[in-house]
Amino acid sequence: MSIQVSRLTKRYGRQLAVQDVTFSVKPGEIVGFLGPNGAGKSTTMKIITGYLPPTSGTASVMDMDVVNHPMKVKRSIGYLGEHNPLYHDMFVHEYLNFAASLCGLRSTQKRTRVSDMIGLCGLEAEQSKKINALSKGYRQRIGLAQALIHDPAVLILDEPTSGLDPNQLIEIRKLIKAVSANKTVLFSSHILQEVKALCDRVLVIHHGSIVADDKLDNLMKGGDRTLTVAFMEDVNIDLLRQIPGVTSVKPDGRGKFLVMTSSDIDIRPRIVSWASANNLSLLEIKLEEHSLESVFSQLTQQETKGE
Amino acid sequence: MLHIFKKEFNGFLDSLIGVAVVVVFLIAIGLLTWVFPETSVLDYGFADMETLFTLGPFVLIFLVPAITMRSFAEERKLGTLEWLLTKPVSEGSIVFGKFLAAVCLVIIALIPTITYYFTLSYLGDPPGNIDTSAVIGSYTGMVLLGAVFCSIGIFASTLVTNQVVSFMLAAFLCFFFYAGFDSAAALTNDGATALLIKQLGIQYHFESMSRGLIDSRDLVYFAGVMGIMMLSAKTVLSSRSW
Repeated sequence: MSIQVSRLTKRYGRQLAVQDVTFSVKPGEIVGFLGPNGAGKSTTMKIITGYLPPTSGTASVMDMDVVNHPMKVKRSIGYLGEHNPLYHDMFVHEYLNFAASLCGLRSTQKRTRVSDMIGLCGLEAEQSKKINALSKGYRQRIGLAQALIHDPAVLILDEPTSGLDPNQLIEIRKLIKAVSANKTVLFSSHILQEVKALCDRVLVIHHGSIVADDKLDNLMKGGDRTLTVAFMEDVNIDLLRQIPGVTSVKPDGRGKFLVMTSSDIDIRPRIVSWASANNLSLLEIKLEEHSLESVFSQLTQQETKGE
Repeated sequence: MLHIFKKEFNGFLDSLIGVAVVVVFLIAIGLLTWVFPETSVLDYGFADMETLFTLGPFVLIFLVPAITMRSFAEERKLGTLEWLLTKPVSEGSIVFGKFLAAVCLVIIALIPTITYYFTLSYLGDPPGNIDTSAVIGSYTGMVLLGAVFCSIGIFASTLVTNQVVSFMLAAFLCFFFYAGFDSAAALTNDGATALLIKQLGIQYHFESMSRGLIDSRDLVYFAGVMGIMMLSAKTVLSSRSW
């Protein structure tokens, strides 16, 4: 396993940040780590990088325990922190050289890696500028470049796209996709489209516990589906409820109805035939895509109610 | 460790902190040694470097904390300390690298004052009449004292995130270690206790070296204080309790 976390718990004083978290990431997998702010994503990642010690439980990277072999683990991890801390008064190439030296790269190897990373992350034109003169998008590229400088087997990216404009977002996403070809990536975010675009598997964490760990497609399957239906005429809502497969109907307040259905069966034909049988003119019928957002909010809200 | 040293030292030069420290030190010491009548060697009439070695430490009490106040306080504030600690480098080598860079800057500030030695040696009557071994001892003492101040400053910097607080804490600790114990010794009438307290301070050992005798006990004292300070700094970093 590239990353193995078992029964991990972290307390900050009295506050429980991460509680009994267990998951593993196989080599070559790209895993999205989802959760609302403050759910424990960053804490879990910091423990995996060996920066924070766990209160209990274990974490290992490339089958090496992070507490017992911190140096070996740090050598095999590339980490991009949440706020992407950089030395703002350093030049780009100077900073990357420094990062490479810290990772133990020497002379020729260091030179080739630094110039490779500058090329890969599209920093050629900016390499002789000071970091504080660069935009957020470029800083994020520098952050990625330094995380990749020693060609680590495991990449840990903590919200790599937060605070970027839509164009930069797409560029950074492309870059992550490109560099992650033969690496294991654990990637945190609360932007759901991003996870959709990048990840094979999703871990959802809420209040310090894992509430879902599954393939993206599986998560999007099942559960309730919603149809938006609109008629020209006034409709008796109770008659609408009697259509087989409908679990509940709510007016949305603008003359439309939100029809909930529990099954995977498409009930649209039934509604259409029901409408013609009752001499109603159907204006609109739309099946809401079962979105990651709804799965996410369901998962994280259920948990809150359960407490 | 060398990468940290190089990065820190370049940082001093890039940010003008290094230049400012050297210039301020030399101007202050130059004025005290040659211009201000109360402390000027020319008015004093003896060809010795007393002024440099009695007032130099007080100038360093303010300058060394200015060098070291950023070292960890700023890194912690910017979050780069977290970044550094996720790299395969030990806390100890980060502390030592930063310490070494600060010491180098202090030594660079001291080097130009060696010209004072030649000037005074020329001014002596007959020329060359100067206590060379005392000067060598004093310089060794000054470097060691500067190094101890650096270790104190680095330790203070690991404790806080605010540079100003870090500066004040370091200046206070440096002053206390330099002169505090000496003054505290006056509180007791018991000679043996007073001596013991004095020996805890830097001044006692510095003065002993200034006489031109480099005693291993003094060296052990300086090395000990530096070791304790850097070990404490490393412990603070390892605890991640900020």
